Amino acid sequence: MLDLPVIWAGLLALGIFIYVALDGFDLGIGLLFPFLATDQDRDTAMNTVAPVWDGNETWLILGGGGLFAAFPLAYAVVMPALYAPFIVMLLALVFRGVAFEYRWRDKAHERIWDASFVFGSVVATFMQGVVLGAFVQGIEVEGRAYAGGWWDWLTPFTLTVGVALCAGYALLGAGWLVLKTDGTLRQQAYRLVKRAAMGTFFFVGVVSLWTPFLSPDIFERWFTLPHFYWLAPVPLLTAGIAGLVAWGIQRQRDAVIYPATLGLLGLCFIGLGVGFTPYIVPRAITVHEAAAPESSLLFMLVGAVIMLPLILGYTAYSYWIFRGKVRHGDGGYH
Amino acid sequence: MFEFFDASMLARIQFAFTVSFHIIFPSFSIGLASYLLVLEALWLKTDNPVYLNLYKYWLRIFAVAFGMGVVSGLVMSYQFGTNWSVFSDKAGPVIGPLLAYEVLTAFFLEAGFLGIMLFGMERVGRRLHFLATAMVAFGTLLSATWILSVNSWMQTPTGHAMNALGQFVPEDWLAIIFNPSFPYRLVHMTLASYLTVSFVVGGVGAWHLLRDKANPEARKMFSMAMWMATFVAPLQIFAGDLHGLNTLEHQPVKVAAMEGHWQRQTGAPFLLLAWPDAAAEENTFELGIPYASALVLTHDINGETPGLTDVPAADRPPVGMVFWSFRVMLLMGTLMALIGVYSAWLRLRGRLYDTRWLQRAAVWMGPSGFVAVLAGWIVTEVGRQPFTVYGLLRTSESLAPVDAPAVAASLLAFIIVYFALFGAGTYYIIRMMHAPPDGQGPETGTPLRAAGTTPMASLKTAASKGGA
Ligand code: HDD
Ligand code: HEM
Ligand code: HEM
Repeated sequence: MLDLPVIWAGLLALGIFIYVALDGFDLGIGLLFPFLATDQDRDTAMNTVAPVWDGNETWLILGGGGLFAAFPLAYAVVMPALYAPFIVMLLALVFRGVAFEYRWRDKAHERIWDASFVFGSVVATFMQGVVLGAFVQGIEVEGRAYAGGWWDWLTPFTLTVGVALCAGYALLGAGWLVLKTDGTLRQQAYRLVKRAAMGTFFFVGVVSLWTPFLSPDIFERWFTLPHFYWLAPVPLLTAGIAGLVAWGIQRQRDAVIYPATLGLLGLCFIGLGVGFTPYIVPRAITVHEAAAPESSLLFMLVGAVIMLPLILGYTAYSYWIFRGKVRHGDGGYH
Repeated sequence: MFEFFDASMLARIQFAFTVSFHIIFPSFSIGLASYLLVLEALWLKTDNPVYLNLYKYWLRIFAVAFGMGVVSGLVMSYQFGTNWSVFSDKAGPVIGPLLAYEVLTAFFLEAGFLGIMLFGMERVGRRLHFLATAMVAFGTLLSATWILSVNSWMQTPTGHAMNALGQFVPEDWLAIIFNPSFPYRLVHMTLASYLTVSFVVGGVGAWHLLRDKANPEARKMFSMAMWMATFVAPLQIFAGDLHGLNTLEHQPVKVAAMEGHWQRQTGAPFLLLAWPDAAAEENTFELGIPYASALVLTHDINGETPGLTDVPAADRPPVGMVFWSFRVMLLMGTLMALIGVYSAWLRLRGRLYDTRWLQRAAVWMGPSGFVAVLAGWIVTEVGRQPFTVYGLLRTSESLAPVDAPAVAASLLAFIIVYFALFGAGTYYIIRMMHAPPDGQGPETGTPLRAAGTTPMASLKTAASKGGA
């Protein structure tokens, strides 16, 4: 039934997906940074994201703020449950966020800020994966609060999802670089794309096979009969899109890899979502239980309906202004 | 000692630490974005390169400060949940949507146009670039508006009801947004940001004037800043007075703490100095101006003013911090206004650029805005204690179920990382301010263009081979 809580759950999922699509390549650049050959390459790579990273990260604020606003109970349960991963992720984002300006302001210590950028990107991505894994794995709830221990989030599964997300973001980042650069940097990016793609395929496979065995509930969703027919296309499509990514790499189609990777991650997202409904905290709190009162949801929906198209509009405009390949030494503000 | 540092105290220290760092950057970027807008407008209007040079000079500084504001703000938006989860569950239905509106209307706007503002000058032309600056400046003000509405609602909650689960449920959104202390706080905070930036700009201008009296950029920014000091500093004192009267109406105990008054009394003195002793419920030392407090607060020298003992000890805020922070803010406000008056007098006599005294004072007053802002927030927030939602939800009942060692570890990490990273940023900003504002800019990095593409747009440009 399409009532306000369900609409908001959908909007939130959309927001998180846009976050992955945008900050994914942005964090991915940080993951790939150590593998680029020269300082010039690193300068150029960073400049492909410098004008847009803040906008990309704003979707993460919307994710947190949206959860707080639309599902305060879920926010209140999840944040303390995943206290350490969240705090570490936030601190890591500080490390990488400041590097965007500092490395230009202090050429003598550029290396330090490059290291800060890489460290922050790796740790933030890994922790986002851990958070995702912990969510899927389930969170212990009693009454209106988290009831588990400090380290419940730390399991082989969550660590694997953390590594998987690193592979996925690296692929997005490499796909982005291929699209936005040329010359030797683009050639390097193609080598990186290949490795990142293999890593991503492997880990998507591992996590997909692992997830149904986390709980009988998820297993049942995938492997009981009517559901099975509905869901069978998801893995098939995923395999198809993985093929598309591979084809793009083989034929060096710059414009295929990034969108195809997004498609791949989008399907994974749907695959995970299957284990979720109707819950917002899996198997503990449903979307409707966690939802804020109608008056809150409605008030926000008005804003979201007006603002989201505008935001997407001027975000697209800003990307359009900075379209095209980035080359070393082009005039600008730094 | 260890009892004092329980999970609740640690969480409070962590919140206070992170938000205090955060507020420094927005106070600077709200004012600076507006200043950049004025500079660009003047440049477009007069074509005078001095304005463009100043714009570029401050733009670099803005970029660093803004970056620090963004990442420290991101931390804040998750802290409600990580450390104040019960508060989030209960107050979320009211303040969550306001924060969501802040993201939707303000943060995206700032972030979306920031790239164009920083990197787009050569790509979009003057007018569009000016529009981008305007959007960023507007975004910062809008962001302050929403967050201050949230904070003000926590101080003077209205427009809500309670449901069976103990949650605050919104009833009247207009009453929530425009709660009684919001207009005062918005005006006072906006003026505070403008003053903060005026004194930073004035301090930097003065510093360069002391080295080169003829530098046209230094003269321009110093003059602009002193105009602000002349007009806005007195305005701020007036706004602060109104803000205080509003607080007297809605949070009389906070005012008693600000004044250091333990007893309800008539004809109360304004205490310049005092040493409040909470256990004895009196001040161990007092130096005051007779009747002054009564006069300011009630506009009558025999008016009655509230005392801390009007409420049980369990409902009183920590008096010393509130009292002293308030004095610090008042001192800064007074000094700012004095600089404003002095500079106006020198300006009238044509000696604005020649008076070394004023310039030295202006350099010293450079950071005064930050001091006042922090002091002001400590008055506001500590004065609200022991409640998170004033009178309705206690701080002790707002806490997340996270154990003390976990909070202690995260607090330590915040302290180390913030001092190291934001310390470095502050150092870079100060270094940039040392470079003369002559249009050359500090000698760092090679000029570089930056770019990005949406998947959609890039498909097109990739197909047409190359793009712009
Ligand atoms: C440049 C900054 C600045 C300056 C010069 C002043 N203030 Fe201020 N003050 C602030 C910046 C600030 C602030 C940071 O903006 C606060 C914190 C929260 C708020 O609403 O404004 C604040 C809070 C604040 C409060 C507490 C309101 C509450 O109950 O929450 C009062 C009563 C005043 N101010 C009064 C004054 C007076 C009488 C001043 C004149 C000497 C003054 N302020 C100068
Ligand atoms: C940005 C400037 C701000 C500063 C410098 C500041 C400072 C502080 C301080 C010092 C405390 C601790 C008070 C104590 O425990 O004695 C505190 C607590 C708190 N403040 Fe603020 N604050 C600011 C803005 C805000 C805003 C805008 C909000 C709401 C949106 C907010 C919400 C809270 C909450 C939830 C707590 C924790 C509970 C508590 O201890 O009261 N603060 N803040
Ligand atoms: C606890 C309360 C607060 C939270 C949760 C919070 C949250 C945030 C976040 C997430 C950002 C980054 C936005 C971006 O990506 O552009 C940010 C930046 C900003 N905040 Fe805060 N904030 C708080 C307190 C305040 C206060 C008290 C003010 C001012 C009155 C303020 C004004 C701003 C402004 C103007 C920016 C953008 C400019 C900059 O980044 O320096 N915030 N805040």
